[in-house]
Amino acid sequence: MQEAMIARAKELLADGSVSRVMGWKKGEFSYDISPAVFENADQLVDFVYDDFCGANVSKYLINESKKEGKILAFLKPCDSYSFAQLLKEHRIDREKVYVIGIPSYGKADINKIRAKGIDGVLGIKSEGTDFIVDTIYGEEKIAKFEAMSERCLTCKSKKHVDVDEMMGEEGEWNAESKRFDKVAELEAMTPDERFEFWRGELSRCIRCNACRNVCPACTCVSCVFDNPNSDINNKAAASSFEENMFHIIRAFHVAGRCTDCGECSRVCPQNIPLHLLNRKFIKDINELYGQYQAGANADEKYPMVNFTFDDCEPGIVYKRGGNQ
Amino acid sequence: MQRIGVFVCHCGTNIAATVDVKKVAETLLQEPGVVYATDYQYMCSEAGQNMIKDAIKAQNLTGVVICSCSPRMHEATFRKAVAAVGMNPYMLEVANIREQCSWIHKNIEEATEKAIILGRAAVAKVHLNAPLIAGQTPVTKRALVIGGGIAGIQCALDIADAGYQVDIVEKEPTVGGKMTKIDKTFPTLDCSSCILTPKMVDVAQNENIKIYSYSEVESVKGFVGNFTVGIKRKARYVKEDICTGCGLCTEKCPQKKVPNDYNLGLDTKRAIYIPFAQAVPKVATIDADYCTMLKTGKCGVCSKICTAGAIDYTQQDEHLEEQYGAIVVATGYNPIKLDAFDEFAYSQSPDVVTSLEFERLMSASGPNGGHLVRPSDHKEPKTIVFVQCVGSRSTVECGKPYCSKICCMYTCKHAMLCREKYPDTEVYVFYIDVRTPGKNYDEFYRRAVEEYDVHYIKGMVGKVCPEGDKLKVQASDLLTNEQLHIDADMVVLAAAIEADKSARPLATLLTASMDTNDFFTEAHAKLRPVESPTAGVFLAGCAQGPKDIPETVTQAGACASKVIGLLAKDHLVGNPCVAHSDEMMCNGCSTCANVCPYGAITYETKDFSRRKDGTLMRRVASVNPAVCQGCGCCTVACPSGAMDLYGFSTKQIMSEVDAICK
Ligand SMILES: Cc1cc2nc3c(=O)[nH]c(=O)nc-3n(C[C@H](O)[C@H](O)[C@H](O)COP(=O)(O)OP(=O)(O)OC[C@H]3O[C@@H](n4cnc5c(N)ncnc54)[C@H](O)[C@@H]3O)c2cc1C
Ligand code: SF4
Ligand code: SF4
Ligand code: SF4
Ligand code: SF4
Ligand code: SF4
Repeated sequence: MQEAMIARAKELLADGSVSRVMGWKKGEFSYDISPAVFENADQLVDFVYDDFCGANVSKYLINESKKEGKILAFLKPCDSYSFAQLLKEHRIDREKVYVIGIPSYGKADINKIRAKGIDGVLGIKSEGTDFIVDTIYGEEKIAKFEAMSERCLTCKSKKHVDVDEMMGEEGEWNAESKRFDKVAELEAMTPDERFEFWRGELSRCIRCNACRNVCPACTCVSCVFDNPNSDINNKAAASSFEENMFHIIRAFHVAGRCTDCGECSRVCPQNIPLHLLNRKFIKDINELYGQYQAGANADEKYPMVNFTFDDCEPGIVYKRGGNQ
Repeated sequence: MQRIGVFVCHCGTNIAATVDVKKVAETLLQEPGVVYATDYQYMCSEAGQNMIKDAIKAQNLTGVVICSCSPRMHEATFRKAVAAVGMNPYMLEVANIREQCSWIHKNIEEATEKAIILGRAAVAKVHLNAPLIAGQTPVTKRALVIGGGIAGIQCALDIADAGYQVDIVEKEPTVGGKMTKIDKTFPTLDCSSCILTPKMVDVAQNENIKIYSYSEVESVKGFVGNFTVGIKRKARYVKEDICTGCGLCTEKCPQKKVPNDYNLGLDTKRAIYIPFAQAVPKVATIDADYCTMLKTGKCGVCSKICTAGAIDYTQQDEHLEEQYGAIVVATGYNPIKLDAFDEFAYSQSPDVVTSLEFERLMSASGPNGGHLVRPSDHKEPKTIVFVQCVGSRSTVECGKPYCSKICCMYTCKHAMLCREKYPDTEVYVFYIDVRTPGKNYDEFYRRAVEEYDVHYIKGMVGKVCPEGDKLKVQASDLLTNEQLHIDADMVVLAAAIEADKSARPLATLLTASMDTNDFFTEAHAKLRPVESPTAGVFLAGCAQGPKDIPETVTQAGACASKVIGLLAKDHLVGNPCVAHSDEMMCNGCSTCANVCPYGAITYETKDFSRRKDGTLMRRVASVNPAVCQGCGCCTVACPSGAMDLYGFSTKQIMSEVDAICK
């Protein structure tokens, strides 16, 4: 796949359709992959696409599409939802991006691989239901369901939203996804248990802002947390409860716009399951306003900024026991 | 640092009985920036206002806090007072220590503490207040009346009489509304057409009035004084300016099987029709659902008959946009559908009719020229049973909870007219209560009972069964506690009336509020009964609630006077407390525009290039201050906090919250 992608990128660069390429390149370690922009064909030697390329590149296209010339972007299905959501919010100039959809069969989570005692990782390959991990000690085999990231195990869609061209097979929306199971578990807790659960998770937050910075829904020119007029901009928290407020505010800000790409949880150095907060919102929106997937439809107003006569009454909060 | 003066009002004993006003003043004097604090019996009185003015001058105050009743009551009064001595009116804040404090607490200590906290919050806000200057917007000196019933007609005539232009948008081919269908009118029994027709003619001939008949309002943009309204003129397939109203086409059209809605479907009309002789405008209309030419392309009889050449089968709906300063809603009512009231056999027998159908049966312009016969066999009915409150004052789902108000009187009218014209008919009226307040109304009712021998029976009809050519009526007489069985020839149901079905979507277009029954709500039930809470939108007739003709006309006149008051102004002073977006922080994400109920937000792509980063074009929000109503929806929806409201900035509100939580 990687070679075919490089070849296609070279073609498009050569015939002048695009002047840059958005993709991924390795960092210090093979699993340490970051999104990268390649300015010409020669730079594409560093282009990688493998099972560590989980990073969502859509957010980078905001700035890239403001520059001169068109950029080629390879988007995985989940990236394409973020891309379409950003289009809806007028953040990306669609004309300036050439989108090639690429399939994704689930990306590996380095933490899970390490937890299996596999170290010195050099590279990764997919073979049927297994990953073959190349290490300095030789090849190791690990079942995919044990090494895949949580978001890939509960993948919502293998189908892209808005692409100019597909490479490889186009997939389907996955109606069977179990992505709300864990949320349902949390819902079943008593308010006190739930509070304890979240206090436990969120109290580990070091407020590095990685979750916000990676989030394709958090694209504000100037984030409220950086705005001295907002009264919530303090970086050094006066109490740990303020950190919780950071996450609650952020969850509200991305409610109805979060595509459930899972980047926030992926980048969190403290392994806080942030996606559960967002999934709770998504689940609620689905239940209260009807099925809604952010990014799936570029024209639709999202339920949080829309009003219809069928909307639930605010009293629903009480009916669901929200006044306890 | 501001120099703030605090003025605590006793409101007689309204506040002072539960709040220790002296203590409130003394405590607030300790707040930073407060240089003067006092209390007085009636702050809103002239003496009270002078106290404020004098203190501003003597103490060199830069801000004022009044602890009194709700700002809805007297904020304007106090703003005027401070402005009179040169202070910007937006440097004043009102802390509501009456409705939100003294009236809802009993314990003096608690209430006093709360009053102090509320005052402290207001002081905190004033510290961040800045002078604001209200903009002015011009007023378009033309009114739109939606609905051309008697309410719309009267209102339009009164506005036009004052010299302003008025357009009437009526969805039917003619104006006139329900009054055109009514035979005689209570309590004087003069003929409805005779009193309505001259008004319809006046409307047609008035130079200041333009009628858009067979038209609907499609869109409403703008705000008080400056509405832009999209009007759809439905294709009537007849050129309105050419048709002379001769009616030849309506006699020759071969398609005769079209239900005649003027007679409520009791007879038929042709596919091309003029609703009735006095219609305004008197032009023909083709019913596209029935016209053979429009459906199959074959026929064309009317175009051959019409010597004027008015028929145009290719006519399309026309869409136009007009500017208005004020909008009157006069969309009236309709009787409810009776399909759900099976017990009265309405859908089983043609001889069970609604009261409005009965009006047509009695009317000289009705299906039988005014000779009352049964629709089924055209025989004169000898026994007629009237049932009041069908669907009114009802607790079941298919009914309406309210009293339709007019049914007692018109049923009385019907009963009396039957006995008068056909003295050998037996007439029964079943009622729950007879409600006849109003000038000469109870006298009217008593005449029906005493002079015309109408049998008024307190009780409800349980069931009507068509059997042979009779209608078996089972009912109970609650006063004698008897079961009654009446063999009736006709049953007349006084169906509840409800708001027109088009009213709800129209309210959404106008952002005007409605009650749960889809009647438009007034700005104040008692003190502002003809204004909607949406500035520039006024209410007349049954669109606001059930009422009879005299009441409708009175309300329409009142409504016209409010409209004239608005149109007489050259400018409206705007509200300076409007939203504004900080373009350095704005994402251009459209969240704000999505939530703005008034369409006040638009987007521009602006150049934010800096030498260091090269060109940078960004889409940013911009608020039209003349359209913005300061509702604040956008400021809370904006993720980045770029949107803020003058006079209610996030900082001001947070400082109030902080002061309260201190
Ligand atoms: C059986 C019966 C008998 C009655 N007898 C009497 C009586 O004897 N004396 C008396 O005082 N009162 C009587 N009334 C009451 C009387 O009919 C009303 O008081 C009066 O008609 C109210 O006038 P209006 O203009 O508010 O409404 P309407 O007469 O209903 O007029 C509303 C007009 O608005 C139009 N319209 C509605 N929606 C729209 C829209 N979205 N866009 C454009 N146009 C629209 C309608 O087509 C209609 O022309 C009687 C009522 C009934 C049902
Ligand atoms: S909140 Fe997390 S899952 Fe949602 S869009 Fe942002 S990064 Fe993706
Ligand atoms: S947290 Fe809110 S303000 Fe900050 S970037 Fe995310 S959406 Fe924007
Ligand atoms: S990435 Fe994790 S640690 Fe960093 S701010 Fe977000 S939740 Fe906190
Ligand atoms: S405050 Fe905001 S949402 Fe409200 S009217 Fe003004 S611009 Fe629209
Ligand atoms: S919601 Fe805020 S950031 Fe988005 S367009 Fe409006 S002002 Fe700008």
